[in-house]
Amino acid sequence: MSPAPDAAEVRRRTRELLAAHPPATTDRTDFLKARFDAGLAWVHYPVGLGGLDAPRSLQQAVDSELAAADAPDNDPRRIGIGLGMAAPTVLGFGTDEQKRRFLRPLWVGEEVWCQLFSEPGAGSDLAALATRAVRDEGGDWIVDGQKVWTSSAHLARWAILIARTDPDLPKHRGISYFICDMTDPGVEVRPLRQITGEAEFNEVFLTGVRIPDSHRLGPVGEGWKVAQTTLMNERVSIGGSRIPREGGMIGPVARTWRERPELRTPDTHQRLLTLWVEAEVARLTGERLRQQLVAGQPGPEGSGMKLAFARLNQEISGLEVELLGDEGLLYGDWTMGRPELVDFTGRDAGYRYLRSKGNSIEGGTSEVLLNIVAERVLGLPSEPRNDKDVAWKDLSR
Amino acid sequence: MTAPAQPPATPDLLYSQDEEDLRSAVRALLADRAAAPTVIAATESDTPYDQRLWSSLATGIGAAGLLVPEKLGGQGASHREAAVVLEELGRAVAPAPYLTSSVVATETLLALGAADGPAAALLGELASGARTAVLAVPFATPPTGVGAALASLDGTVRGVADAAVADVLLVPTAEGLYAVGTAGHGVAVQPLVPLDLTRPLATVTLTGATGTLLADAGASATAVRRGLLAGAGLLASEQLGLAEWCLTETVRYTRDRHQFNRPVGSFQSLKHRMAQLWLEVVSARAAARNAADALATGSPDAPLAVAVAQAYCSGVAVHAAEECVQLHGGIGMTWEHPAHLYLKRAKADSIAYGTAGSHRRAVAELVELPAP
Repeated sequence: MSPAPDAAEVRRRTRELLAAHPPATTDRTDFLKARFDAGLAWVHYPVGLGGLDAPRSLQQAVDSELAAADAPDNDPRRIGIGLGMAAPTVLGFGTDEQKRRFLRPLWVGEEVWCQLFSEPGAGSDLAALATRAVRDEGGDWIVDGQKVWTSSAHLARWAILIARTDPDLPKHRGISYFICDMTDPGVEVRPLRQITGEAEFNEVFLTGVRIPDSHRLGPVGEGWKVAQTTLMNERVSIGGSRIPREGGMIGPVARTWRERPELRTPDTHQRLLTLWVEAEVARLTGERLRQQLVAGQPGPEGSGMKLAFARLNQEISGLEVELLGDEGLLYGDWTMGRPELVDFTGRDAGYRYLRSKGNSIEGGTSEVLLNIVAERVLGLPSEPRNDKDVAWKDLSR
Repeated sequence: MTAPAQPPATPDLLYSQDEEDLRSAVRALLADRAAAPTVIAATESDTPYDQRLWSSLATGIGAAGLLVPEKLGGQGASHREAAVVLEELGRAVAPAPYLTSSVVATETLLALGAADGPAAALLGELASGARTAVLAVPFATPPTGVGAALASLDGTVRGVADAAVADVLLVPTAEGLYAVGTAGHGVAVQPLVPLDLTRPLATVTLTGATGTLLADAGASATAVRRGLLAGAGLLASEQLGLAEWCLTETVRYTRDRHQFNRPVGSFQSLKHRMAQLWLEVVSARAAARNAADALATGSPDAPLAVAVAQAYCSGVAVHAAEECVQLHGGIGMTWEHPAHLYLKRAKADSIAYGTAGSHRRAVAELVELPAP
């Protein structure tokens, strides 16, 4: 086997791609497919699956070359669930056929993914899920249940899904992991209107959905283990990129402060400065985490960064609504909409205040993340639990 | 108005292997010579500083001269290394005049830029640990709060940290910066009873004292500001080390201590408090490293990096020490358990070289977020 390519080699390949497919004259999707096939999509992935088996840190070399050439990107924010959660799970647990089938259209953005994990009766206690998958004589799985808080379900072609396949086992052990076809007639997506007035999320009703066994990820009954990989990747995706000073939510409120002296009060000044300092420290903490990753010594700080950003976003946006005084009494637009993206900086303060309330709930509540830090980072004992060895069907609900 | 200037270069926020080696050496020395019972006993003796510990740290490890160039007798290292020493001193609440002499007084002298003469000679002595010096200003003075306290070598300065163990006072006056020997005529150093038992304070009274003029008034003000900026910036590393000890000890204790038939540390309300503290400590580390790196590289961003670090780390250290006392329960209130030493140091540090509030005022000015 040839040795892993270095930065110079990766740059050379990137220039070759650009020469063969000039961004100015190449169709966007064609360019992205060519980039994938050149192994420059995610360089740390295997050869043939969009990568070069190279160190993850070399991706920066590719990205900066492509950005300089004004090449199209694959709109990572729009396909974030596929990139951040589905892809690493397919890579880690999928069969060769699954990897070949799913990774390329996922990365190119031709197929959007969503995540069917949370349920009305199982949010933070995710392993308590009740959606059932039962095998029929043909070996296919028949799925019935309800999922909730599903971003992008109305746009998605595929979903990663966890469902209970053995109710006689304790709750963590009777779960399996599937790839669900969102065009199956048994899948019904209903918008779930939120606190902001918009429906960014959905409820998903699964009625007799048929999933072939070839769309199972990992062994039957090992779905919880597979899901851990997905969830870990969800939280790791924060803090990977460099943020400029005042790059987050502190930016708009600092601008308002500078441009509108008539709004300033001593009380809001004190609060603004405290939050400005905390936002700058959070930026530095993220930068330190990034440097650790590049140096090949990933620290546990990532588990904490989401906690910090959730609290800061809420406090900063809350301050801004108050700072605006009379204007803070108004709201931009309550019209029900279905945004493709969550946009924190392009919206008004009232929207940011309301939407940021979700930051401490989505992707693991702050309370659950604090438990994870306490137990996995600090090594504190877990609370006594009575649900670990009891068959799921015997748990009280 | 525009957004604040972006940091000129990306700071190095990690530790080098050399810095980790230095840390190991200092930590081993402190474990040997400054264990908690030793520190507690020393605070009640006439000699709060252990001279043998100081000479091992200053000379044996060469820590006193880290900031001093080799040609002046120092190690030619930087604020990054000095910050690591302070992390360890904070972790041990070790009584040693490192921050006051090896950082603030040393940096003040370095700012004079003398290649020879009395300032350079004194730097060599400080670097070797043969003598210690302190800047004769109140310990609470922020970097931006400089004004010569005295018109001449006559008058009183209250609350000078480590003056009681110093050989030399650096006295900023309206005439300029003087070096005054504490043993000289007309110099009285009157110890005060400090909140922080591990860092003595004294009132310095000069009555027609004599000294060596090192710099005129303008150069003096600039030098003192730079000395205090380094002190404030590296104090953040002391606060980081202190906070880290408090968290580590609290986690250890609550894992071992059983109440209600389970480890106290298994209760979610307590776990969340410790997890929150952990997040504050890792954030404080990024802020403190950023300040040390900005000082080391002479970055134009240094005043902001220092103000941010001080505005943040002071609160983290106090919070960690307060949680340490509370989560230790009754034992945390006793004299025999070292938690009180950390609380006293943390609270005193939150005032040293400017409160968090004064550093936030500095931030307001530097990033153009003016008061109403």
